[in-house]
Formats: sequence, C-alpha cells, structure tokens
Amino acid sequence: MIPEIGHFALVIALCLALVQTIVPIIGAQTNTSQWVAVAKPAARGQFLFIIISYICLTYSFIKNDFSVLYVANNANTALPLEYKISAVWGAHEGSLLLWVLMLSAWTYAVTIFSRSLPNNMVARVIGVMGFVSVGFLLFTLLTSNPFERIFPVPLEGRDLNPLLQDPGLVIHPPMLYMGYVGFSVAFAFAIAALLDGKLDSAWARWSRPWATMAWVFLTIGIALGSWWAYQELGWGGWWFWDPVENASFMPWLVGTALIHSLAVTEKRSSFKNWTVLLAILAFSLSLLGTFLVRSGVLVSVHAFATDPARGVYILMFLAIVIGGSLLLYALRAPKIKSIGQFELVSRETALLLNNVLLLVAMFTILVGTLYPLFLDALNAGKISVGPPYFNAVFVPLMLPLVLIIGVGPFLRWKKAGLAETLKKLLKIIVIGLIVGAALPFVVAGKTSILVVVGISLAAWSVLAALYYLFKNVFRGESTLSSLQRFKKIPRATYGMVVAHVGIGIFVIGVTFVSAFEEEKEVPMRVGEKVEMSGYEFGFNGVKDVQGPNYSSKQASLSVLKDNKLIATLLPEKRTYLVQESPMTEAGIDTGVFRDIYVALGEQIDHEAWGMRLYYKPFIQWIWFGAALMALGGLLAALDKRYRLKLKREKVAIASTDNKQTAAPVAP
Amino acid sequence: MIKYLLPVVLFFVLCGFLFIGLYKDPSEVPSPLIGKPVPEFSLPKLLDNSTNFTHEDFLGKVSVLNVWATWCFACKQEHPALLALADRNVAPIYGLNYKDDSAKAKMYLRDFGNPFEANAFDEAGRVAIDWGVYGAPETFIIDQKGIIRYKHIGPISNNDLENKIIPFVQQLKNET
Repeated sequence: MIPEIGHFALVIALCLALVQTIVPIIGAQTNTSQWVAVAKPAARGQFLFIIISYICLTYSFIKNDFSVLYVANNANTALPLEYKISAVWGAHEGSLLLWVLMLSAWTYAVTIFSRSLPNNMVARVIGVMGFVSVGFLLFTLLTSNPFERIFPVPLEGRDLNPLLQDPGLVIHPPMLYMGYVGFSVAFAFAIAALLDGKLDSAWARWSRPWATMAWVFLTIGIALGSWWAYQELGWGGWWFWDPVENASFMPWLVGTALIHSLAVTEKRSSFKNWTVLLAILAFSLSLLGTFLVRSGVLVSVHAFATDPARGVYILMFLAIVIGGSLLLYALRAPKIKSIGQFELVSRETALLLNNVLLLVAMFTILVGTLYPLFLDALNAGKISVGPPYFNAVFVPLMLPLVLIIGVGPFLRWKKAGLAETLKKLLKIIVIGLIVGAALPFVVAGKTSILVVVGISLAAWSVLAALYYLFKNVFRGESTLSSLQRFKKIPRATYGMVVAHVGIGIFVIGVTFVSAFEEEKEVPMRVGEKVEMSGYEFGFNGVKDVQGPNYSSKQASLSVLKDNKLIATLLPEKRTYLVQESPMTEAGIDTGVFRDIYVALGEQIDHEAWGMRLYYKPFIQWIWFGAALMALGGLLAALDKRYRLKLKREKVAIASTDNKQTAAPVAP
Repeated sequence: MIKYLLPVVLFFVLCGFLFIGLYKDPSEVPSPLIGKPVPEFSLPKLLDNSTNFTHEDFLGKVSVLNVWATWCFACKQEHPALLALADRNVAPIYGLNYKDDSAKAKMYLRDFGNPFEANAFDEAGRVAIDWGVYGAPETFIIDQKGIIRYKHIGPISNNDLENKIIPFVQQLKNET
C-alpha cells in the first residue's frame, strides 16, 4: 500500500508540475494576474507531494519491503539503518527521486524568498522550473519508477553497493544534486528574463544569491566526493579525471564564471548576454552530467546501469530544454544592449579574463571527456583520455587565473591604472615570491620550478586577499575608526576574501602533495619494519573482524617517528557478504601537514601481505581550501544588501505607483 | 545573429554525437589478439592434472575459451549462460581457470555444473597475460585454424549468447 501511495503522489506531483508550467507562463505573457497567482500554490503543492513520495520510498527501505524491486536491489536486512536511509539515493531510480525532490525544494525556496520581486517575473521563474520538473517526473514515472513491485517477493535484498556504504557518500550525492539542481534557479531567472525581454541589473541582483548558493553546494559536493574517493578507493588519490567527476566539475567551472559575471552585470550593466549564456550553460552542463552518468555512453566507475531507452529519453529532454533555451537566447540576445563601457585595464577586464579562462578550461575538459565518444561515433577507434591530458591542459590555464585572482579586487571598475595598482601590491608580490622560494625548503628540504611557481601563486592569492581586507579596515575613509570600517565591510567582501584565501590554500595542498608525496608498495611479513619518508612502519599482524553485513581482514601497523609511536593504523579489506565484493578501507593518520596512508593489498602467503604505504604532505589543505571557498560563497550569498535592496525596491515600486496615480494631475 | 546561433548549433552537433554514442558500448575494447593465432602455452588440466592442455588443442574445430575463477562474482553470474551454451552443443567450451585454487575450482564445477570440455589450470596467471586478459570473465572464440576471432569482456548475458556468441560460432563453422 505504502509504495502505491508513493507512486500516486508522484503522479499528482507531475500534474501539479504541468499546471505550474503552463498556467503561470501564459499568465505572465498575457498579464493575467489570476493565472500568475497559480504559480506559488502549484509549486508548493508539488513540493508537498514529492515529499510524500520520497517518505514512502524511505519507509519501504526502513521496513525492508523487498516486494519493491528497487528496495530489493539496493538493501538488505543486515544493512545498518543509516545506510537504509541513504540507500534511497543509492541507485538510478531513487537518486532521480532525490533530484526532483531537490528541484521542488529549490522552487519552494523561490516562492518564499521572492516576495519582493515583480509577480510576472516570479511566475515565469517558477514556470520554467516547473517545466524542468515535468521532464524529470515523466522520466522517473516512464522509465525509472522506484516503486515498481516484483513477484515472487525475494526473502532477502541484494544489498547496497558496498562502495556507497561510507559516511562520506551519505552526504556527497545530496550536496552534489543540490548544486546541480540549484543552477536551475539561475537558469530559470535567465529564461524568464529572456521571455520578458528585460535584462537589467535588477535581474542580475536577483539571480546572484541563488547562483552563489548553488555554487556553494556544488563545491561542497565535489569536495566530499574527492574526500570520499581518497578514503575509500585505497589508491591515495583525490582526483581521477573520471568522466563523472568531470561532469560535476564542468558546471562548477561555469558556475564560478557565472557568479563573477553576475557581479559585472549587477554593478556595471555589462556582460549581459554573456551572463545569460553562462546561466544557461551552467544548468545545461548539470543536465549533461546527468545524461552522461545515466546513459552509459562513457566508461566510468560511477556509471549507473545502462539502458538505451533512458538515454534516449534524457537526450530528448536535453535537446528540448537546452536547445530551446539556446534558441531563445539566439533570438533575444541581439536586442540586449550592455551599457557599461570599460577600458583595457579595469576590473571588468580582469573578470572577463577570469570568465574566458574558466570557460576554456571547461571546454578542454568537455573535449577530453567526450573525445572517446566522438572517435567511437565516427568509427575512428577506441581510445581513453587519462589524467596526463587533463593535467597538461588544465594546470597551465589555472596559473594565470590565480594570478588574476590576486590583482582583480584591487582594480577599479571602468578604468584602472595597472602600474599604480601593481605598485600598491609590490610588497605582496615580493613576499609571495619569498614564500614560494622558501616554503618548499622548510617543508621538504627540496624544491623545483613548478613548486616555486605553485606556492608563490598560492601565497600571492592568500596574501592579496588578506591585504585587501586589511586595506579596507585600516586605510579607508579617515572619518571612521578602524572598528567602524570593520563593521561596515559587507559580508560579500568577506566572502570574496575567504574564498580567494581558500583557492590559495587549495593550491598549496595540490602543489605539495603532487610534488612531494611518496609511496611504497611492499610485501610485509608480520613483525617486519619498513622505512619511508622518515617514518617507520611496523606490521603487527592481521585479524578477522565481523561487521554487520561484511567480514573483514584488519591489519594493524604501528607508525613510528624518531622511535616514538605516533599512530596505529588499521587498514581493512572488507568482503560484503551479499554482493561478495571486496572493499578497501584505508588506514589514515590525518595531520595538518601530512597524512600517513596505508592500504592493505593481497595476501601473498601465510604471513606476508601486500601493503601500500603513502606519505601525503599537505593533502588535507585541498579539502580545507575547498571548504573555505564554500564558506566564502555562503557569506556572499547571505549578504545583507540583497535583502535590504529588495526592501528598498519595494518602497521604490510603491512610490512609482503613487507617482503614476498622481501623474494625470501633475502636468 | 549568426554569432548568437553558434551555441545552439554546437549543442545540436553534440547531441548528434551523444545519440550515436547511446548505441555504442564503450566497454567493448577490441583485442589486439583478434586475427592472431592463440598464444603458445601448456598447462595442467584442472580435473586431470596428469595431462596438459595446450594451444594445439584448439586446432581443427571452432571452440570457445572462457576465462573464469571462483573468486570472480561476475563469473557466477554468467555460469548459467555457459551451461546453456554447452547444452546447445554448438562448440566445445574450454576454460582457463585463472589465479585460482584447484580444490575450490573443482568444488565449484561440482556444485554449479560443468560446461567445460576441459580446463587449463593457470594458477599463476601467466598464460592469461599472454591472452591479454584484464580480468575474469572474458570469453574468446577461436576458429578451426586456431586463430582468435572474437573476444567478449565481462559476463555473457543470455542476450549476448543468442545474438553474438552463437551466431558468430555458426558463422565460423560455415566458413569451411
């Protein structure tokens, strides 16, 4: 009964989504206020019914209802409760339900935080989001119904994919989807503005916090995915340029370009066409990612089961949504005029360069990811594109970007003096270079040109961002005290500073770990000691451990430095009983300046085991940097002025209304 | 106008590629061994280790070689398909028991049924390297002259059996 309620709720949600798409958009185009008023209740109703549906599926998981095919395929009575709840999004069908749940949640958020926006605008935004929702709900109901029953009912479920049984992975997909789906709001604003034909700085201001929030979620999602891969895959790597990783990284790059470009459109009324295109692109790439993951066109560790029918459906949907919006763009964009003029040296130019670099980076990744597919489609052979390509093209694009990050905030809008700005920053440049030259020696006792470049750039972006804050606090208008100036700095500025510091921290982590990491693959006998990177690893033996739904071989290693025990690591090789798949649980001693990482390999003979030992300097800085970026984004999105300006606009609109009524009298 | 149309044009070109991609299997990797004679080897037979199984055993008939192991979950999945293939009697199936324990392998065949005419026992996995095996299960089809003509990576589904393996074997048989 419960699964049928869930199924039925999904059908109702689809009906509401259809209403939410058609009625408000027609209402807005024909200026019929009764039709426009349908938008919010329809969106809220849709959200409610999707929640009901989602709860029904979760309930089926908790109650081990194996008569539901999806539950039988992805759970087991021995599966711990927290993983039963997260198993809802553990495979294709349920993760799609999570997708639509989040889409309707974002729409619901729009209905709440858009009170001060023009009604027609909100109606169009909600309508566009409704359309996206119709597509995904239909997809779910027609090809991927999570509530499908099976008969005879199996006594036991086939269990959740063991790779997904990890706390990191419980929150990684929801965060990632929040990011993907979140770009639908900025997308809907862009389409609404194109439909309306009015693209102004107000539009950019409304879109900004939404785009930034989506970007924050995506940043967290990607970072968690990387952190999980590091912990769980046992290779010690943190980024593999896997097609599905790339699929999440491409919208991130475009999203980063978008949140910067929106700033220009808001403040200077420039880049309008460009910003709209980026908003469309960011969401299009999210959809493309969904297609790549679920259609099986690429080989990936993440790929869901292949089913051409699903692939064809999503591709058609992509063609309609993306093709339609790009066509609308082609029709409307020529009429949109950007007013703001700017000189070659200006903040606009810096942001334009930022946009170009990010987009080029996105394209190189897109080409690398799809290249095997292109060749195969042309029957030109089978190849795979690996990390060497991506590193070779991506890193050189990011170096100038980090350079611009430092100087950008110091450039004035419209026209700035490069020499004058650089003179102000001379101290920072010198300190950055000193840090870049000295730090690698302090850390590793050796260096290389690439490390010096990496660390100098990282130091530059951190120091420049902090210096920007310092200047605003201590060298501002002389009438205010430092404390007053400190309080006056908008949250968005803190956001920028924190995010740019985050980039620097991230670059430090990446540079050090790629230059100075060490690894050893050795057979070890019980009692044997191996030395690496100044640490001594002693193998104490292996014992059997029994988990709730797995059995495990757990090794114990003592890690000593200068004859002092600093950690006992317990790497495991688990065998999940139902799917009989082996899983590695690495033993990691995490530190601020280095991780010691041990993965247990194959048993060689009675006493000897293959062991992979890694020394990973500064690796945690990668995720710490990403966390700072996300925090920066959050601060920026929560800036007071979005709310204040909204209030002020309301007053402004009210006063223009008064003027209009007074108009006939005045002349 | 033209420059504004560029994104949508590029996008539809991309869609075209994606559409073709849907009907291609990215995990199908051509083996460089196709069209080449089977690599030379000689290994003890699994069930009768007094005699050896060698590359010469492939001569004079169309045959199928399946690489399998008891530790390989996907092999268990495809086992019914192999038994079905054996029932059809279209071609002898040989096994290459890969990096396995002979006692376990014997028990496996007793418990789940034995579709194999004979099994080469490749304990160290050296011969499998010569065959270019990435991982079990993999299946090869070999013609009368002992030349490898087809390779299937991953478990054989019933669909693969009916639409790929059996037709291909029939086709090879008709060649002479």
